[in-house]
Formats: sequence, structure tokens, C-alpha cells
Amino acid sequence: MSIKKVSKEQPIDFKFKEKNLEEAKKIIKIYPEGKQQSAVMALLYLAQKQNDNWIPLVAMKYIAKFLNIPYIKVYEVATFYSMYNLSPVGKYFFQICTTTPCMLRGAYDIVNVCKEKISDKEKELSKDKTCSWMEVECLGACINAPMMQINDDYYEDLNKEKTEKIINQIQNGEKPVPGSYRGRKNSEPENNRKTLLNIKNA
Amino acid sequence: MLKDEDRIFTNLYNDLGPDILSAQKRGDWQSTNEIIKKGKEWIISEIKSSELRGRGGAGFPTGLKWSFAPKKVGSRPHYLVINADESEPGTCKDRDILRFEPHKLIEGCLLTAYAVNANKCYIYIRGEYFNEGKKLQEAINEAYEKKLIGVNACDSGWDFDIYIHYGAGAYICGEETALLESLEGKKGQPRLKPPFPALIGLYGCPTIINNVETIAVVPTILRRGAKWFSSIGKSKNTGTKIYCISGNVNNPCNVEEEMGISLKELIEKHAGGVIGGWENLQAVIPGGSSMPLLPKKICETINMDFDSLVEQKSGLGTAGIIVINKDQDIIKCMARIARFYKHESCGQCTPCREGSGWMWRMLERMAKGEASRDEVDMLMDVTKQIEGHTICAFGEGSAWPIQGLLRHFKKEVAKRNNFNPLVNTNKKIPYLVDQHLLEK
Repeated sequence: MSIKKVSKEQPIDFKFKEKNLEEAKKIIKIYPEGKQQSAVMALLYLAQKQNDNWIPLVAMKYIAKFLNIPYIKVYEVATFYSMYNLSPVGKYFFQICTTTPCMLRGAYDIVNVCKEKISDKEKELSKDKTCSWMEVECLGACINAPMMQINDDYYEDLNKEKTEKIINQIQNGEKPVPGSYRGRKNSEPENNRKTLLNIKNA
Repeated sequence: MLKDEDRIFTNLYNDLGPDILSAQKRGDWQSTNEIIKKGKEWIISEIKSSELRGRGGAGFPTGLKWSFAPKKVGSRPHYLVINADESEPGTCKDRDILRFEPHKLIEGCLLTAYAVNANKCYIYIRGEYFNEGKKLQEAINEAYEKKLIGVNACDSGWDFDIYIHYGAGAYICGEETALLESLEGKKGQPRLKPPFPALIGLYGCPTIINNVETIAVVPTILRRGAKWFSSIGKSKNTGTKIYCISGNVNNPCNVEEEMGISLKELIEKHAGGVIGGWENLQAVIPGGSSMPLLPKKICETINMDFDSLVEQKSGLGTAGIIVINKDQDIIKCMARIARFYKHESCGQCTPCREGSGWMWRMLERMAKGEASRDEVDMLMDVTKQIEGHTICAFGEGSAWPIQGLLRHFKKEVAKRNNFNPLVNTNKKIPYLVDQHLLEK
């Protein structure tokens, strides 16, 4: 199990914006009547997106009322799953996979770059308050290792220099292109393809 | 090597595009309603005789699983749930199916749902696959537009809806009952079985849960026939499988091959060989991190199918092959896997919650050579105390890789951690409480 700390500084008020309110109503409809609790995970995502990538306690209370379920049921879900941030993170949130397949291919080089360029400790905001990073468990892109996720996008086939370049781009306000950084196509064996060659050349 | 025309996932590398028009050119959605007209019994018996086994790790016969669903819908509706919570380290096959072959999955969902009497299907995608989920949703929208799903899907008279539900970064939600809990909006903690989900599953209703890859191969099997599928591979281990080869290889990749292909061929041919040559190979984890590793000697001859790997006290699992060469410290690699399990334990059963952290801390010390001689056997004892004493298979998943390490690399571990905790000299230190242990 992992520890999740709730932020000490909490906003007083939270309400879904109109667009999210409509979205939330749509989400509830995909579950059978009376089973609106199923929507709690999706609504927590909405709240997280609306509130600069983290979920304050008032948002959990709001969602509990919205779904007509006890507050504790929302709280236990928000604290159980690792993708809900309960304290502020950077606008650009770097998640570096360091599980064995990525570790074998040098994931800790990327961690060191982040330590150097973003902040010494994980989950801590950088000096300009825009970025933060953390080590995470397997992100499911093992053949494109080492890799990291920045907000929603995967950046794959990295090394030290490429990671530095990506962080520089972000700090200069540019958006780096997601995907493989060795120029290979998705998950194909680079320069060594033995299968489906007719299709490739067609 | 499998012939190209026998491959199911022809767009595995996205040479052709995942949209519906390209998918239809590849043969998806062709005469789907004729297959449906052949009836539920026919679909289930065809899948049974194809000997398709679940691709999510356990390898349970798919046709058999479907036949557990009640034949008639009673007061409770049936559900189909697709497990796309792919988080096993070393595995990333479902991601490519979601991105590049979504229509194979959607069509498979329709056929399966019809066979097990379900009108609703939930696809549970791990939260990190946000972009993959978006692509799948686009494909679902295309299918709705073409009336391939929805009311009167494919003109077959069957109503069918698909919804996506995102997870939020919990490995345990790949376990089927934890997945159902999560889908119901609760913490992902596995349920006791029985009752099995086929009778009491989502919202207490009969539910069939299958892996993405299992469902995505269903349309092709039904179209080309069970005989074709079972002619590939060998008896009880039939068909094709997507292998993910990662770690210390020259060209890490996903590749679809027949079941029972030799591990050496996979690594040497498709993945471009081990970094530093085959002689530099130290060990291979053959089926995602939960499966015990195999040393080089076994890797020379092993075939990649369920039964051959079980004979070697390992397993095919999800076919996520992690190659470790001699430049790596094997104890460190396994300590990192132990940390993964410590992080992902849901905390419901004490042996797993406490044991996974214990094993991790011991292995971290062993990697540095700070553990004592007797702790090596103690570690084995801890793994045995976890295995079989938990609600779900996570206990085994966390204990087996370490058992594998101790089975094949005990010498290395013992060599590095060789000091004796008992003080043999300086016998007369007054505060050494266990001096009596030295007496004969």
C-alpha cells in the first residue's frame, strides 16, 4: 500500500462548472438507475481536472452530495487510487515509470534529470511552480521503455539528453510531441521487422 | 514462424489506420449478423472447440467460462465486462489493441454479449491509458453511427450498448472481482469466491469478464472457424498470442506469434537478440512480473505456452517477456518488483499487506549485502506464508517471483549475504544475550 497525504491548505468552496455539470449528468446515465455510485471515479477525475490537477476535500463532499452517497464512500475511493492527487501538483505533472522493465533500460537516469531540473524531492513544485515529478509503478508501455507520462501524454524511448530537451521545451512554454523519441513506429521492432512486411510496404 | 495470413492483428503497428473504413477493409464487421444468426449455442461451442484460453494471465478456457452464464435471463440482467486494466509489468499488448484494432474488440464484444445474453458491456480501462480510451471511444462512436452496435445491432435484432469506465491507477483492479468493486464505485478490493461473477457479479447480476485480447480474437475465430484456430500451436495451447518482449534486448517489440513458439526464437529473431549476445543472458521473466523467472539454461529450450511453462514452475501469464542480461544485478531487479507489489497491495488480507513490504525490505538489504545468512531461508518462509493465504491471486503474484529468484539464484543471494548474526568470538561480553546459543 502507499501513503497518500491530504493537503493542509484546503479551499473553502467547490462547485462543478456548467460544462462539467452537464458532463457529470451524462456520466451518471451510463450506469443503471440507483447505481449512481459507479460514477464516483469519473466525477473525481472531472473535479481533479477543474481544480488544477488535484482534489480538495470540499470537492469530495460536493460529489458525495451530488451522487447522494455518504462522504466517506467518496473519501475512501479518492485515497485508495493512486491517480487522484490530494495535494497540489505542477501544471505539468511528470510521472516516471521506474518498475523493472523500465529500470533495466535506464529509468533512473530520467529520475536524476528530473531531480536536477525540476526539484530535489518528488511531489515538490519546481522553482517556477509549474512542474512537479514523481516515481510511479508500471505505466504499461514496457517495450517503449524508459518512458514517462506528462499529464495525459506518454513520452517513450527516452534517455538522459532527450528528457532534458523535453523539460527545457516545457519550461520555455512549448509543447513537446508525445510518442517515441527514437523515431520508431509505435511498438514495432526497430529496423528489425520480420512480420507483416507486405502491409508495411503497401 | 507464423505466416502473415494467419495473423489476427494485422494492424498491430498501425500501418493501416484504426478507423472503421480501414478496419472493414481488413475484414472486421464483415457479415457479423450472419454469425449472430447461427445462434448462441453455436458461438459458444465454436469457441469451446477452438480451445481458446483466456489471454489475461490465468489461461482459463473461454468457452467454458461463457457456458457458466445462466442460459435464460431471469429477473437480473446479464453484463459483459472487458478487462482493459493492463498493469502487469512487462505487458503492453492490450494498449496496442485499444489504439490500433479497436473494431476487433468492439465486434468481439457484440458477439460475446450476444452469446452470454448481455445487452450492456463495460470496458474497464486503466486511467493512465487516457489517449487509448479516447481512441476507443471514437471507434465506438463510429460503430454507433454505422448502426453496428446500439439498438438492433448489425440488423440482428439484438440491442447492445458499450460504455467505457476509467480506472485510476490500481494494479489490483485487474483482478476480476476487484474490477467489479471498482466499477461499482468502491475501493478495488477483491471479493471472496464463490460466488463466481458468472452468477453474481456486477451489481449482483450474472457477469462475464474477459481480457481485451481474448475478446478481440473472437470474431476472427468465428469467421475462419475453430479448426483453423486450433490448427495453430498445439493441443490445449492453441492459436496465436501477442508477445511483448522488453528489457535488455536490441529491439524491444510486440509481436503476434503462434502459441508454443520457442523463447529463444522470439528473442533472437523478433527482438534482435539479447544486448551483448545470447551468452550475456542472465534470466528471463516469461509472463509478466508475477511469474517466476527462468535462468539461461532453461531459456535455451523452453517453449512459450501455458503447459510447458508450468512444467518449469513458471507460467505464461500475460506473455510479457522481460529479458535480464548479465550487466544487471538480479537481486536488485527482483527487489524493484517486490517494491511494485508492496505499493500495489490493496491491504485487505494481512499476509499480503504485511508480507509484501517485508519481502521488499529484506530484498533491498540483500541487494546491498546487508542481510544475514539465515534471512535467506526466512525470505523463502515468508513467501510460503503469503502464498495461498489471501483472498485473491495477488498473494501468489507477489510471492512467486521471489521464490523463482531463490530457486535459481540462491547461491548468488547467499554469497552476498553471508555473515553470521551470532557472535562467535568475544564470548564474555555481558550484554550479549544469546551467548547461551553458543554452548553445546
